[in-house]
Amino acid sequence: MQGTRAATTLVAVGVTGWAARRVLTRRAAHNSPAAEQSRWRFVTVNVSPTEVRADGLLPEPLRNLGPETEIVIRPAPGDKGTEIGVKLTAGEPTGAKAAAARFAGKDPRQEVRKALRDAKQLLEAGEILSPDRPGTTKKTLTGKPLELAIAHAKGEGKQ
Amino acid sequence: MKALTWQGVNKLSVEKVPDPQILNARDIVVKVTKTVTCGSDLHLVGGYIPFMKKGDVLGHEFVGEVVEIGSEVRKHQVGDRVVVCSFIACGKCWYCKQELFSLCDNGNTNPAITEELWGYSPGGCFGYSHAMGGNAGSHAEYIRVPYGDVGAFTIPDDVSDLRALFASDSAATGWMGADLGNVKPGDVVAVWGAGAVGQMAARAAILLGAERVIVIDRYEYRLDQVRRHIGAETLNYEQVDVGSELRERTGGRGPDVCIEAVGMEAHSSGPDHLYDQAKQQLRLQTDRPAAVREAIYHCRKGGSVFVLGVFAAVVDKFPLGAMMNKGLTVRGAQMHGQRYIPMLLERMQKGELVTEHLATHVMPLKNGPKGYQMFKDKTDDCVRVVFEPTG
Repeated sequence: MQGTRAATTLVAVGVTGWAARRVLTRRAAHNSPAAEQSRWRFVTVNVSPTEVRADGLLPEPLRNLGPETEIVIRPAPGDKGTEIGVKLTAGEPTGAKAAAARFAGKDPRQEVRKALRDAKQLLEAGEILSPDRPGTTKKTLTGKPLELAIAHAKGEGKQ
Repeated sequence: MKALTWQGVNKLSVEKVPDPQILNARDIVVKVTKTVTCGSDLHLVGGYIPFMKKGDVLGHEFVGEVVEIGSEVRKHQVGDRVVVCSFIACGKCWYCKQELFSLCDNGNTNPAITEELWGYSPGGCFGYSHAMGGNAGSHAEYIRVPYGDVGAFTIPDDVSDLRALFASDSAATGWMGADLGNVKPGDVVAVWGAGAVGQMAARAAILLGAERVIVIDRYEYRLDQVRRHIGAETLNYEQVDVGSELRERTGGRGPDVCIEAVGMEAHSSGPDHLYDQAKQQLRLQTDRPAAVREAIYHCRKGGSVFVLGVFAAVVDKFPLGAMMNKGLTVRGAQMHGQRYIPMLLERMQKGELVTEHLATHVMPLKNGPKGYQMFKDKTDDCVRVVFEPTG
């Protein structure tokens, strides 16, 4: 019982913090002249810029992103490797339709984040790490929110 | 294969689950010979870290034999007897190159969960919830080990499985606390918690040249282990005033380095324990940080505090004033085991680091639920329970 309450607390605190941050972020964004522009999403990879374009080609996950994205590659300061950034040229999706797409895992921002993470893994580790499968878990009603979070875990986050 | 699984808050059972397989070229599969409970597992068992699914396999501290290797594995062969680091690291990203292996950028397949919680995602861990990658744990007959060349280490012939087992996590975590806590020759070091990690932190501090090491707990049988096997002094916080004792034993200065090895379910004898419990019941904090507060309060001016215990989210009454005005260095981390395990195995080989006494109970994996109950309730002078999946 105590554990359940603690768990609920953790979720409640997390959701509250997330909601508060979203409100503050959006308020700040509305005050900004760049509110409707796309933001750059970055990863830093621990290889040189020339290794990012081995054989003159970007890693496959980035090549597959399609024409509605802009990609920048630049050296990271302090010998931290190379920064790879991607921006959606058509702007950031908004509104109910975008929310539904995000819920369904079809938001273009999710695609960008996943491509950046996969490209980074290929460049650094030489492979895209697979989650364990077949899984050992069983589907439950209370586990639905976590299953949704896991399903979108590579496409969501702070990038 | 059979595995010890989480079935809900405080519900564990041994179930038949699918065998693991090689999924990436750098994977190895290990047949687990010994796997041990960890205090941090209790946070999962009790529902304090709500990212578990029914059927998840627990366990992250283990030894075994390599039975299968991926096509890109170079260091290991089938048949190698190995101890495996509890954290999964690629060995190639910037964090791995800085030897901050638990912060690996490529070890967690569910990065968004911890990015939302903490801003950035640490690496993955075996058997430690879907926030840490959802990797199946080691309380099973077999386990898949990603990046096997980086995380698995061959055990020297003259080091027993039972000794090497604790290099997987407890000893590496404890060593990290003393090392990154900046223990130097001549220091006085205080360690909160006399479990396996606290004992290993104390032993590390001694081996790094500390003049006096004092371990604080309330369980006399654990403090007795500290005196007999670790060679450190002890304080029972239910019998003495910790602050007065530490001042007396340090010439009024306070410890140079304070290491917290308790975590998010800390107890204390003061009114703050009731306060923390009340806050938790009112859902106003997730973790009980009594030992962290004490470590910061009792540390000498300009000293160092290292947080080894696992915490999930937010705490209340964090003594920021003491930290700032005393000029403390406060640091924490999940364990960067790959950095320490080879050295720890050498020290185990030389007999400088002994761990067998920590394994107070050894039993077959089929008794896993009973073992965890005993571990949680601390009955029969339990420190750690070792499971043998082949037993």
